[in-house]
Amino acid sequence: MSILVDNDTRLIVQGITGREGAFHAEQMIEYGTNVVAGVTPGKGGEWAVGNTPVFDTVAEAVEATGANASIIYVPARFAPDAVIEAADAGVDLVICITEGVPALDMVKVRAYLDTLGTRLIGPNCPGLITPGEAKVGIMPGHIHTPGNVGLVSRSGTLTYEVVYALTARGIGQSTAVGIGGDPIIGTTFLDVLQLFEDDPATEQVVLIGEIGGTDEQKAADFIANHMTKPVTAFIAGQTAPPGRRMGHAGAIISGGEGTAAEKMAALKAAGADVARHPDEIAEIVAGKV
Amino acid sequence: MNLHEYQSKRVFAHYGIPIPEGEVATTPAEAQAVAEQLGGPVVVKSQVLVGGRGKAGGIKLAGTPEEANARAEEILGMDIKGLTVQQVLIDPAADIQSEIYLGAVLDRAKRRVVLMASSEGGVEIEQVAAETPEKIITVAVHPYLGLRDYQARYLAEGINLPKEYTRQFIKIAKGLYQAYMESDASLAEINPLVITGSGELLAVDGKIGLDDSALFRHPDLEAMRDTAAEDESEIEARENDLTYIHLDGEIGCMVNGAGLAMATMDIVKFYGGEPANFLDIGGGAKADRVAAALRIILSDERVKAVLINIFGGITRCDEVARGVLEAIDTLDVKVPFVIRLVGTNEEEGRRIIAEANLPTATSLAEAAQKAVAAAKGETL
Repeated sequence: MSILVDNDTRLIVQGITGREGAFHAEQMIEYGTNVVAGVTPGKGGEWAVGNTPVFDTVAEAVEATGANASIIYVPARFAPDAVIEAADAGVDLVICITEGVPALDMVKVRAYLDTLGTRLIGPNCPGLITPGEAKVGIMPGHIHTPGNVGLVSRSGTLTYEVVYALTARGIGQSTAVGIGGDPIIGTTFLDVLQLFEDDPATEQVVLIGEIGGTDEQKAADFIANHMTKPVTAFIAGQTAPPGRRMGHAGAIISGGEGTAAEKMAALKAAGADVARHPDEIAEIVAGKV
Repeated sequence: MNLHEYQSKRVFAHYGIPIPEGEVATTPAEAQAVAEQLGGPVVVKSQVLVGGRGKAGGIKLAGTPEEANARAEEILGMDIKGLTVQQVLIDPAADIQSEIYLGAVLDRAKRRVVLMASSEGGVEIEQVAAETPEKIITVAVHPYLGLRDYQARYLAEGINLPKEYTRQFIKIAKGLYQAYMESDASLAEINPLVITGSGELLAVDGKIGLDDSALFRHPDLEAMRDTAAEDESEIEARENDLTYIHLDGEIGCMVNGAGLAMATMDIVKFYGGEPANFLDIGGGAKADRVAAALRIILSDERVKAVLINIFGGITRCDEVARGVLEAIDTLDVKVPFVIRLVGTNEEEGRRIIAEANLPTATSLAEAAQKAVAAAKGETL
């Protein structure tokens, strides 16, 4: 078992004929993900990345293939439309990899998705992977190995770092979910923690947060009140100077809200083990296997 | 990207918010001419993108055009928190009866734009939030409904605005919300919004921060960027699609991904070093972008060692390695490098680095420890 994606995932790639889309579609197929269709407006009827049929619209792709998930690799200015199109076509799980989507567009997108019940992961995220079953994202597949640690993170490469260290110690992962670092995202820590708590295959959870916002504090409340599985946490940005933006729009410290120290304290108080630096995470997890 | 006060107020004016009819000046003579045209006492206000201008002496009152000249002379060229004042705004001095605050910001938790109002105008809202949070009234705006009149009225009543100003206030609040949405702002505030002796509401000071991700659809706002006020390295970084923030330490860091970049800074500090910068080369960086990143890091004279930490997903380790060598070939490199390459094409990347006899590391902890040692002058 695992969460969100597995052998039953039937995936559409929106933007499959673009440079990024084509490259990652190929990587996902190579990993064993069931990519059933691609969508690029104007290129319907063509074939991409070997024998993947391309459709003009997501609705047509769903109709023809019975797809149940869609991943988006289109440029930022077209991404909000792509997300809404997938939701309108009835896709339950939409993953938006695209970076640089305007925040106010996401406010509208999220408000709309909430009326449909569509689950969005991202934007500006690496996607998610259930090792050995489905890779739905841009992470290097080979560093993962099947197992019982669930990971949820706001960061991409930092998650790879932790997965790599876990695999090196022979510790496998149930599912690793990158929720993205933008101010407005589709799926939050809380959603993923709940899924891991309910997933029989997940025995313990790693949470990787960042400075900015209060999502980690809310996660801490959830851990304290609803989690029975052990959680190991790390917050990036302990040395970030206040008031400066560190790449992610989310990584902003404003008005004393969202510092690494506050978040670490909240997680510690909730009973999570808090790592001081990323290399310590795998060490702590290993102690709990 | 942030707009200057005078730029922010012009945006507000476009949305029907009353502002003082001032002008910008870059010389004392210009300041005097503006003051003559306005007539009466004026305020000479430095235009720099930092808070606390008043306390730093960057805002002064002038009773006559000659005084405006003298005050502008004092303020132009002044250093405020590391920024040199290059322009001043000359506004007619407002007859201030009372000051309020009105701002719009994106509330991540509510996933809505919220409007905030406070009776405590003229001080930083963060200070009000910390000391008297009950004096801040907020309303969350649904993106499909926009700011409703009743919500603006809630704000007015919440801050005990005298009833005769309610209509003006609603108009200003709606203008501010519209300005925020149509500019793709991340912050828009009027502070203070004053009640004048003649019974008008007037936006005496303002600030707009813009969402960089949305600038592509606002060429008019992008054109307002004041590159003179930016750090040269930060401009070069932006032109090369890098995110660079200069800090005060001695270990230059080059990393892919914002989270990993922050975590790398954290572990440098954990092992007793101080990061000289935050630098994210982004995803899929090619050799030339890597070379540009190193050029920027090495232009900082305080850097005593460089730590390169790459976890290749879409970024290829061999491309990074080639970029590092390209930079070393073209630059006069006097400081040691520690290089860690993991992920996509790592074998090829490591081979390139090994051939050039540069120190490498396997784990992040090892890389950080080596970089800290190298910065202290220890041989690796």
